Amino acid sequence: MKAPADSRIARRKRTDVFFRVLATASAAAVLLSLLLILGTILWKSVPALSLSMLTQTPKGGFYLGKEGGILNAIAGSLYLALGATVLALLLSLPIVLYLNVYKGRASKTAVWTRFFLDVLWGVPSIVYGAFGFVIMLALGLRASLLAGILTVALLEFPIMSRAIDEVMRLVPRELKDASASLGATRFETALKVMVRQSAPGILTGVLLAFGRGIGDAASVLFTAGFTDRVPASLADPAATLPLAIFFQLGTPFPEVQQRAYASAAVLTLIILIISLAGRAMSRKVTRHVVK
Amino acid sequence: MNGATPISIRNLNVYYGDLQVLRDVNLDIPARQITVIIGPSGCGKTTLLKSLNRLLDGTEGARVRGEVVLDGEDIYAPRTEVTRIRKKMGLLSQKPQVLPMSIYENVAYGPRIHGLRSRKDLDLRVEHYLRVAGLWDEVKDRLREPASVLSVGQQQRLCLARGLAVEPEIILGDEPTSALDPQSSQNVERRLLELKREYTVVVVTHILRQARRIADHLAFLYLGELVEHGPAADLFANPRDPRTRAYLTGEIS
Repeated sequence: MKAPADSRIARRKRTDVFFRVLATASAAAVLLSLLLILGTILWKSVPALSLSMLTQTPKGGFYLGKEGGILNAIAGSLYLALGATVLALLLSLPIVLYLNVYKGRASKTAVWTRFFLDVLWGVPSIVYGAFGFVIMLALGLRASLLAGILTVALLEFPIMSRAIDEVMRLVPRELKDASASLGATRFETALKVMVRQSAPGILTGVLLAFGRGIGDAASVLFTAGFTDRVPASLADPAATLPLAIFFQLGTPFPEVQQRAYASAAVLTLIILIISLAGRAMSRKVTRHVVK
Repeated sequence: MNGATPISIRNLNVYYGDLQVLRDVNLDIPARQITVIIGPSGCGKTTLLKSLNRLLDGTEGARVRGEVVLDGEDIYAPRTEVTRIRKKMGLLSQKPQVLPMSIYENVAYGPRIHGLRSRKDLDLRVEHYLRVAGLWDEVKDRLREPASVLSVGQQQRLCLARGLAVEPEIILGDEPTSALDPQSSQNVERRLLELKREYTVVVVTHILRQARRIADHLAFLYLGELVEHGPAADLFANPRDPRTRAYLTGEIS
């Protein structure tokens, strides 16, 4: 009787070790790919990286600029992503509050709205680009910062809405009741209690959407245009970092290709800085959250 | 309000979907006394309490038939403004539910909503009701800290202060001590006994000893039916209905 039990324990132990190795390897693969991506980009961009890359607009040569920097694309991307993120937040918050404050869990409208948001989340960005292009023409706009912001906001809001929604759904019923029983209206409860309680989720949603927006090339390809200058108004065309990478990498000149990697490094750095800033802020906004 | 019945429940029926939770409940709640509603879990105590400030409005599938008359006004009448009804009652829930803001803001929340703006008035109101709730000395130096840092017992007293700060006439307690340690429970009970001098108190509990300690008026609810109610001393001494007797002696629970 003793032997079979021992062998079973041994087998269970082997399985346990096997899965631990597998899990560790997967985690290592994630870390490794991130390091590989960062490493490659930095390695390839070293020859082109300089302060003037960040502080100057392109100065001609080889069509997309041998001299000067990519300030046009840095500024364009930041304007575009900030504008789109603010706009998307203005769209998302009312949607999410509507779903969580005015609609019950079993509401058909809520179920379908969430489903549509999920579909919109999955729509490829080139489709948003094409759609934005049609809207742009219909409104009589040219490829401009404004058209780009509108398109990227469309791309961002389903992501932001669903991310915030997932957190807001976790707000306990009792918390809403506590506010209601003090005589608060639904709107007051939404604005003063739900938003505060979900603040970390809102922050995550905003960062997620910003990251997606600033990194997307296809949606701005037709709508934001491209230019060597820093856009001075919403009606000006705007260069963006993803498109700068796309155009520069597509040239046959190694000097320009290096600049594409520099653009990629800058884009990654911006996202890194935003994420770190978000983490720092998140500590502040979670302070009051009720567990 | 003196001597009157601030709340009068008439033929109240509550359904969750097809399930009837309360059947023809008729109950007059006397002013400035503690009315305790007892009964086994699942008998509809909490539902009865929630029907008093229309918290069932937010429950999907809940339907209410009958009347709850508050100061001469049926709170379920179509024209009744629900926020005005709720302002007249402070609620203590089973688990204290502090709002995601500072200790100060938790108490100031209600008064602010109802239009109190002046900083000085708010400060006075917050301090006053934190004192009434017996929490002031413990929190006066850290009013700006998040309410969630308080212990559960302190949180429940904060909820009491928060409820009182909107200056209601009635205090509702839904098993308000069930999440608390014995000492905090005793503290909350003591507050309720003090508060009945100025407020009408309705408390739901399944703890019989608690009912004995605080009840002036007692109502026994069983399977959605109000079996018996009356002055607590009478009911404890001479229950008329066999079901009440069985519950009080612990044969049913």
